[in-house]
Amino acid sequence: MVSEECLYTKTHEWVRIEGELAVVGITDHAQRALGDITFIELPQLHVEVERGKECATIESVKAASDIYAPISGEVFEVNASLEGAPEKINHDPYGEGWIFKLKDYNRNHLSSLLNASAYEAFLESEA
Amino acid sequence: MTYIANTDKQRAEMLERCGVSSMEDLFRAIPASLKPKSFDLPEGMAELEVFAHFEKLAGRNHTDLVTFLGAGFYDHFIPAAVDAIAGRSEFYTAYTPYQAELSQGTLQAIYEYQTYICRLTEMDVSNASVYDGGTALYEACQMAIAATGRRKVVVDGGVNPIHRKMVHSFAKNLAIDFSETEVGPRRMERKKLSDLIDRSTAAVVLQNPNFFGVIDDQSDIVKLCHEKGALAIQSVNPIACAIIKTPGEMGFDIATGEGQPLGLPVSFGGPYLGFMAARRSLVRKMPGRIAGRTVDVHGQEGFVLTLQAREQHIRREKATSNICTNQALCALRAHIYLSLLGTEGLKQVARICRDKAHYAKQRLKRISGIEVIESGPTFNEFTIRLPFGASECIDLMIEKGFAAGFPLGRYYPGLDNYLLVALTEKRTKYEIGWFAEALESVICR
Amino acid sequence: MSIIFEKTVAGRRGARLSKSDVPPAEPIEARYSRSSALQLCELSELDVVRHFTELSRRNFGVDTNFYPLGSCTMKYNPKVFEKIAHLKGFFSLHPLLPQLRGAGLLTQGALAVIYELEKLLCEITGMDAFTLHPMAGAQGELTGMLIVAAYHKYKNNRKTEVLIPDEAHGTNPSSAATAGYHVREVATNRKTGFIDLQALESAMGEHTAALMLTNPNTLGIFVSNIEEIAKLAKKHDCLLYYDGANLNAVLGRFRPGDVFFDIVHVNLHKTFATPHGGGGPGAGPVGVRKNLERFLPISRVVKRDDNTYKLEYDYPDSIGYVAPFYGNFLVCLRAYAYILTLGAQGLRRVSDNAVLNANYILHSLKDLFHAPYPDGCMHECVLSAQKQTEREIRAIDIAKALIDEGFHPPTAYFPLIVKEALMIEPTETESKETLDAFIAAMRKIAEKAETNPAELRAAPRTTPVGRLDETKAAREMDIRY
Repeated sequence: MVSEECLYTKTHEWVRIEGELAVVGITDHAQRALGDITFIELPQLHVEVERGKECATIESVKAASDIYAPISGEVFEVNASLEGAPEKINHDPYGEGWIFKLKDYNRNHLSSLLNASAYEAFLESEA
Repeated sequence: MTYIANTDKQRAEMLERCGVSSMEDLFRAIPASLKPKSFDLPEGMAELEVFAHFEKLAGRNHTDLVTFLGAGFYDHFIPAAVDAIAGRSEFYTAYTPYQAELSQGTLQAIYEYQTYICRLTEMDVSNASVYDGGTALYEACQMAIAATGRRKVVVDGGVNPIHRKMVHSFAKNLAIDFSETEVGPRRMERKKLSDLIDRSTAAVVLQNPNFFGVIDDQSDIVKLCHEKGALAIQSVNPIACAIIKTPGEMGFDIATGEGQPLGLPVSFGGPYLGFMAARRSLVRKMPGRIAGRTVDVHGQEGFVLTLQAREQHIRREKATSNICTNQALCALRAHIYLSLLGTEGLKQVARICRDKAHYAKQRLKRISGIEVIESGPTFNEFTIRLPFGASECIDLMIEKGFAAGFPLGRYYPGLDNYLLVALTEKRTKYEIGWFAEALESVICR
Repeated sequence: MSIIFEKTVAGRRGARLSKSDVPPAEPIEARYSRSSALQLCELSELDVVRHFTELSRRNFGVDTNFYPLGSCTMKYNPKVFEKIAHLKGFFSLHPLLPQLRGAGLLTQGALAVIYELEKLLCEITGMDAFTLHPMAGAQGELTGMLIVAAYHKYKNNRKTEVLIPDEAHGTNPSSAATAGYHVREVATNRKTGFIDLQALESAMGEHTAALMLTNPNTLGIFVSNIEEIAKLAKKHDCLLYYDGANLNAVLGRFRPGDVFFDIVHVNLHKTFATPHGGGGPGAGPVGVRKNLERFLPISRVVKRDDNTYKLEYDYPDSIGYVAPFYGNFLVCLRAYAYILTLGAQGLRRVSDNAVLNANYILHSLKDLFHAPYPDGCMHECVLSAQKQTEREIRAIDIAKALIDEGFHPPTAYFPLIVKEALMIEPTETESKETLDAFIAAMRKIAEKAETNPAELRAAPRTTPVGRLDETKAAREMDIRY
C-alpha cells in the first residue's frame, strides 16, 4: 500500500509536504518487513538532519533498522506519542504513525525522491 | 578414547545413504594441498588415567595455605547445595535460551537473577551477565559514551588495577580520552578527581569499597557528575552491598561488579561473573542478554529473551556490544547462593567478614613495626604498612603456612611495603591469632 | 510456576552459617551504610532445591535429548571433566597466588595446564603461539582484532576496514566494530556458497586491515579456494582471521595455520566438549603466527630450563589484559582433559563422525526439504522451509513442531542469506538411532505440512508454555520482579 500524497526513498521513508513543513515516516512496506514495532528512538528537536544520513532508529522483536533523512532540514516536531505506542507505525504508517516533521527543508531534494508509482515499481523490482 | 556411539557397521550403512564409499569421500571438498602438515598429538587416555593425571596436577597447586589473599577475589564459604543444583545437567548442558518453550528454567532463573542484582544494588534494571568485573566496567563506560555522545572517561585510582588495565586494553584503538587519578591507601583524591570532571566527561568510574578496602560515600561525586551531564559508574562488592550504602542510594547511573564472591570458587581466575545494573532509561544501551516476562498464546505467564535488537545477532556491527556467550551458569550459581543465604544470611556473611577484618586489624595493630592504615571505614579488607618489602614478608609467611595478602607494590609504584589483607567468614579467630603471631615473628626476626 | 520471591516466608533460613567467633565491630557509620532493607528471599534449603529442580524440569539440555543446534556444536559433555574441574587444587586456587612466590612456584599444576593446552592448540590449528585468556568466542574475536590493530600500528599501516562475508555470525562484524574498525560485508556466491572472489577483490584495498573467515562457513561448506583468497589478502598486507566456530568439522583434516591464516580463535565450549552452561561460560583461546606473538595478551606462561613454569609479563608490544587473569581457567581445564582423553586419533574421529552424521541427515531429508547445497556438507547442513511456505508453514513452525517430537530444534533463520533456513548440526556423539528418529520426525512434519498445517502452527503443545508473545515482552519490559 502506498499513499499518492507522498514522495518516497529507496530506503523506504516517505515525505509529505504540509504547508511549511515536511512530514516524514516509514512506508507500509517497511513496517511489514520489520513486523511488530517495539521501540523507536526519535530524532532530537531542532537538530539539522542531512539527506541520506541516519536520524532515528526503529526496532521490532527480530530486527533493528535506521531511518535515513529523505531530505535535509531542521527537526521541528517529533511524534512523541510513538514512544508509548510504537504500534501506531504498524497500524497507520502514513497517518498516526508519522515520525517527525522538518521545517526549512531543502526543497531541491524533493525532486530526487520517488513518486508513488515509481516507488511501487521499485518495490516490485526488489521482490 | 572417544565418545562416539556409532559402530563400523552403522557407519557403512550411513555412508551408503550419503552415496559415498568412504569417509575420505566426505572430505573431498578439502583439496590435497590443504591437508595438515602435521597433527602430532599424544595418544588418547582412558578415564582412569586421565583423572589420575589431573589429580597429580591439582596436587602441585598450593591450596593448603591459610589465605588472607583477596584483592577483589575472595574465598567465601559455598554451601554444598550450590554445586548440587548448578550440577543439574538440565542447566549446564543447555545452550542459550533462544527456544523459549524449552528454556523456561534458564529464562526464569535469569529473570530472578536480574531481580537479585537490582535489589542488591538498588538499581532499576540488570542484564544476564558479562564475562567478569573488568568487562562489566568497560561495557559500562561504553554505555555512558553512547548515552552522552562524549568520549572522556575519568577513572579513580582506587578501582581494581586489573580492571583498569582491561578497560585500557579494550579501548586502545577507540578515541576515548581516559584520565586517571593517582590514589594511595590513605585517602581518595577527591579534589583531583572533581577537577577532572567537565562538560566533555561521559563517565566517572569509582569503586566501593575501593581496592585498598576503604568504604566511601560517593554521593557528592555523583552529584557533580550530574551537574556536568556525565554519568557515574560504580563497581561494587556484591556482598558488601548487603550492609554498605548502595550505588542506587548514592544516585549512580550504572553499577557493575565482580560477582565471584556470590558462590563462585576462586578457580584460578575464572569463570567469574560480571554483573551490570543501571537506571531504567539506559536499558537499551545495555550489553548482553536480558530476560523478560510475558504471556504465551494461551495467556499463561512465561519468559523470553527480550530487547534483542540491541544484540550482535540482530544488529551486527551496530550492536551495543559484541558479547554472545556470557557467564550464564555463573549467574545461576550466584542466584542459588543468594537464594540459600537469603536476606539475613547475606547480611550475616557481610557482617562477619567485616567483624573478622576488624578483629584482625586490632590484632595486627598491636605488632610493633606494623601500621594499619586507617583512612576510613573498611569492609573485609584493609591495608597495612610493613617495615620492609611486602613481597619478602609474604615469602617468609608462606613457610609458616600463610598466604599473607597481596603486595600492593605489584600495581602501585612506591607501595612496596604495603600489604593488602583480606578476611572472609572462613577464617577463624584462631587462624587470625596464628597469623598475627607469625607476622610478628617474621617482622621481629 | 511461581517466582522465587513469591515463595518467601518471613523468618525462614536456608544456609547454615557458622557463628562469628570474634567480637562484633562497631556498626558502620550511617552515612556509609545501607539505609533501606535488603530484600532477598527467606527460604529453607529444601525450598531452594525444589525451586531449582522445578526450573530444571522446564529446561532442555544435551543430556535430555538430541540438540542439533547449527553453529553451536551441542555435543555430549563427558562427566569425568566435571569431576576434574571440581578438584580442590584447581577449584579453590586463588589466581593471585602465583604473585606470591617465584611467578608461579605455588601453582605449578595450573601453569602446566595452561602451557600444555596452549601447545596442543598450536598443534591442532597449526599456529605458533596461543593465549587462553579470551573468555568466549566473541572475546576471542575482539582479542584477534586488537592484535590486528597492534600489528598494523607496529608497521605504521593505515588501515580502517575489516571485511566479513555476509553469511558470517553476527559476532564477527560486531567484534571488528568494537575494536574500532569499519566493517564491510562481502557477498557470498550463491552458487558455490563461497565468498565471492570478484566482490572480495573489489572490496579489498590498502585500507583493509583484516578479512574474517569461518571455514567451513555457516552454510556448512568448506571454502576450498582459500589459497586464492589468501594471495589477494597478502597483496594488501591484510591479515587473515580464522573464526574457529566450525573447527569441529576439520580436526586432523585441515589446519588454518598451514594455509596462511594469521590469527585463529577456537571455541572450547563447541569443539572441545565443555558444557554451554545455558549460555556460558565458554572460552575462546586465540592462536597467532610467530610474527604476531609479541602482541598477545599478558600474562604468558613460559617453561624454564628446569621444566618449571613461570608467568611472564614483560611484553612491551602486548595488547595488554583482556581477562582479569588467565581466562576461564576451569573451562580450559576441561578442554585440556578432553584433548588428552581423545588424542590425535580420537580427535580425527570426532570430525569424521560429525561430518558423516550431518551428511546422513542432509541425504535423508533433501527430498522433502529444499537444500540450497544438496551435494554434501561438512559438520552441519542447511535446509530451508521454502517448499513448506506454500502451505504457509515457516521455518519456525517446523522448529516448534520438532519440540513436540522430543527434539531441540535446529537453528532457524540463520544464515541470513538462506530464506527460511534450518541449520542442523548433529555432532559426532549422536548415534544412528537418534538421527533416524530425528529424520523420521522431520519427515512426519513435512507430511503434516501438506495434510494438517494448522496443527504445526499450533506447536508446541507438550511444553510448559506455548509460543510466547515477544512483542509484549519488548514493549512492556517486565525484566525484574
